Amino acid sequence: MHFEYNIIESDFANAGKASSEIKKTMKQLNIDAQKIKRMVVAVYEAEVNAIAHAFGGTIFVDIDSEKICVLIKDSGPGIENIELAMQKGYSTASAKVREMGFGAGMGLPNIKNNVDDLDIKSEVGVGTEIKMVVNFI
Amino acid sequence: MKESFFYHALKIDEKRCFGCSRCMRNCPTEAIRVRGGKATIYENRCIDCGECYKVCPSGAVYVAQDDFASIYNFKTRVVLAPSIFFGQFSEKYNASLIHSVLTDIGFTHAIEVEASAYIHSQVTSDYISSHEEHKPLISTFCPAIVRLIQVKFPALVDNLVPIKAPVDFTANYIRKKLIDEGVPEEDIGIFYITPCAAKIAATKSPVGEDKSSVDGVLNMDTMYNMVYKQLKNQAKEYKTKLVANDVTSDCVVFSLTNGEKRLNNCKKSFAIDEIHNVIDFLDKVENDDIENLDFLELRACDQGCPGGILTCGNRFVINDRVMYRAKKLADRERSGETSRKKEITKMEDYLVKNSRVGKILPRSMMKLDEDISVAFQKLTKIREIEPKLPQIDCSVCGAPSCHALAEDIACDNASLLDCVFIQRNLENRNSMTAQESVDIIKNIWGEEKLDDYILNK
Ligand SMILES: Nc1ncnc2c1ncn2[C@@H]1O[C@H](COP(=O)(O)OP(=O)(O)OP(=O)(O)O)[C@@H](O)[C@H]1O
Ligand SMILES: [Mg+2]
Repeated sequence: MHFEYNIIESDFANAGKASSEIKKTMKQLNIDAQKIKRMVVAVYEAEVNAIAHAFGGTIFVDIDSEKICVLIKDSGPGIENIELAMQKGYSTASAKVREMGFGAGMGLPNIKNNVDDLDIKSEVGVGTEIKMVVNFI
Repeated sequence: MKESFFYHALKIDEKRCFGCSRCMRNCPTEAIRVRGGKATIYENRCIDCGECYKVCPSGAVYVAQDDFASIYNFKTRVVLAPSIFFGQFSEKYNASLIHSVLTDIGFTHAIEVEASAYIHSQVTSDYISSHEEHKPLISTFCPAIVRLIQVKFPALVDNLVPIKAPVDFTANYIRKKLIDEGVPEEDIGIFYITPCAAKIAATKSPVGEDKSSVDGVLNMDTMYNMVYKQLKNQAKEYKTKLVANDVTSDCVVFSLTNGEKRLNNCKKSFAIDEIHNVIDFLDKVENDDIENLDFLELRACDQGCPGGILTCGNRFVINDRVMYRAKKLADRERSGETSRKKEITKMEDYLVKNSRVGKILPRSMMKLDEDISVAFQKLTKIREIEPKLPQIDCSVCGAPSCHALAEDIACDNASLLDCVFIQRNLENRNSMTAQESVDIIKNIWGEEKLDDYILNK
C-alpha cells in the first residue's frame, strides 16, 4: 500500500497532516499504540526538517502487513556532515525557525530513537532522503 | 459487527424513527447507519455522547432510565442531585427549597453530588503529581470522554486518571454514613439524577469496575418535571432556610467547564468542552504536539454538564445560576455564616481508600481486524473502493460518508450497489434494472418512502 504527500516550503502550520493520515491507517491495522506513536513522532520531525531546512519535499509511505516505511525526500541544500547533524543539540536553524519553537537540534536524534531502521542519504546542493522503518512484528 | 462491550442508555424507538438520518450525519464516531428505514447503532462505536438525541426531530432517540417506582424497593431512599439540577430552577426557587421538595416526593434523604468534589480533587491531584510518566493526565469525570478515548484514542487510555467520579464518592459516603447510623445495608437505595446518557451507561456498566456505587439512575428532565409540579401546586410551605449545606463555593461549580481544572490546580492544564473540540484536541495530544501538559479536563457537552441532553433550560442560563450560587456561597463562607468544613470530610480517609477504579482498557473501533493481515486486506479493499465513490457524502447509501460506506463494504456490512451513483452507472450500462435499484433504496430507507413519493406526491 502506497501513499504520497507533498510538503510545502515554510508551511509550518500544516506540518503534521501526513502523520495524522499515517496514524489513522496504522490504527486501522490494529498496530500497537506505542509503535504508532513512534512513527508519528519521527515523521513529524522529518517533515518539519524538510520545511525548515529545505524547500519542502515529498513523503512516500509504504505499508505492508509487516512494516511501515516512510521516505521523506527533498531537493534542499543537503546535509554536509550527517554524523554531526545527528548529534543532540546540533542545529543550523535560522533565527526565524527558532522563533517558531524549532531548532533545538533534537529532531534527528529523536527520529533515531523512535524508528527501528533509519537511513539518511544526503548530498550538498542536491537534497536529502530520510528513510524510516517501524516493524510491526 | 463484533460482540457488544458496552451498555448503552441511548436507544432508538423504531416506532418513532422515520429514518431521516440526521442522527447519522451528526454522530461524531460514525456509529449510526440507516437500514430498513430506521436508524441503527453500531454499539461498539457509540460513546453515549448524545449528539443524536440533540438532533432527532421525532423524539425517536430516547434515554432508557430506571422506573421511578423502583425507589420504593428500599426503605431508605437517597437521592444524589448534582448542582446543575438546582441550576435548572429560577433564582426564586433556591437550592434549599429544591432540596426540601426532593425529600418530599419520595426520598428520605437528599445530598448534593458535589459534596465530595474537594476530596475527589485532592485524590486526583495526588495521582497527577505522582504519575509524571503518563502526562497529560486526563479526567475521567465525563464517561463519554472515557469511552471516546477507549474506542478512538486507545493510545491514551493510560493517561486516564483511574479515580471514581464525585457521584461515586458521595454515594459511598452516604451509604457508609447510613450504615454507621444503624440502617441495614439492604434497606438503602441510592439514586442519582443524571444530566446525560453517558452517566447512565457508566453506572450500568462502569468502566474498570464490576459494581456500581448507586442503585438506580433517574433522568434529570423527569425529575425536573416532578419537582416543578410540586413547586407549582405548592400546597404546603417549605422551609427555605439553609437545608442544602453539602457543598462549598469552589465545589459547586465542579461540573461546569473549568470547574475541575480550577480545583485540581495543575501547572499547565486545559479545559475543553464539546465533543468535536475534544476530538480535535486529542488528535494533537496523541501526536505529542502540545508540550508540558499536566492535566486535561475534557467534557463531551458544550459548557460541561449544563449542556447535558437531559437538563431542562438553556445551558448558559444554568451555568450562570450555578456560578451565582457559588458566589453567594463564597460570601457566606467569608462572613462565617457557613463553614467550609462539611460533614463529609470526617470520612475522608474511607473515601480516599475506596477511590480507585480498576484498569481502563483500550477498545479500539478503528481497527479493521484483530489480525493484521486481515486488516491489511480490508484496508486495501477500502482504498480500492473509495475512488469509485462520488465523495459527496450524500448519505443515500445509509452510511454517513463515502468513506464510511467504503469501510462498511470492506467489512461486509454494505454493498457497492448501495451507492446511487453506482446504480445510475449500472442502469446506464443496462447492468441493473430500475426495479433493482428501487429495491436497494427500499432496503435502506424502507418501503414507505418510495411508495409515497411515487403514488401520493
Ligand atoms: N532535510 C534537511 N535538509 C538540510 N539540512 C537538514 C535537514 N534535516 C536536518 N538538517 C540539518 O541537520 C541539523 C539537525 O537537525 P535536527 O532535526 O536534529 O535539529 P533542528 O531541526 O535544527 O532542530 P529541532 O529538530 O530540534 O527543531 C539541522 O539544523 C540542519 O542543519
Ligand atoms: Mg529538526
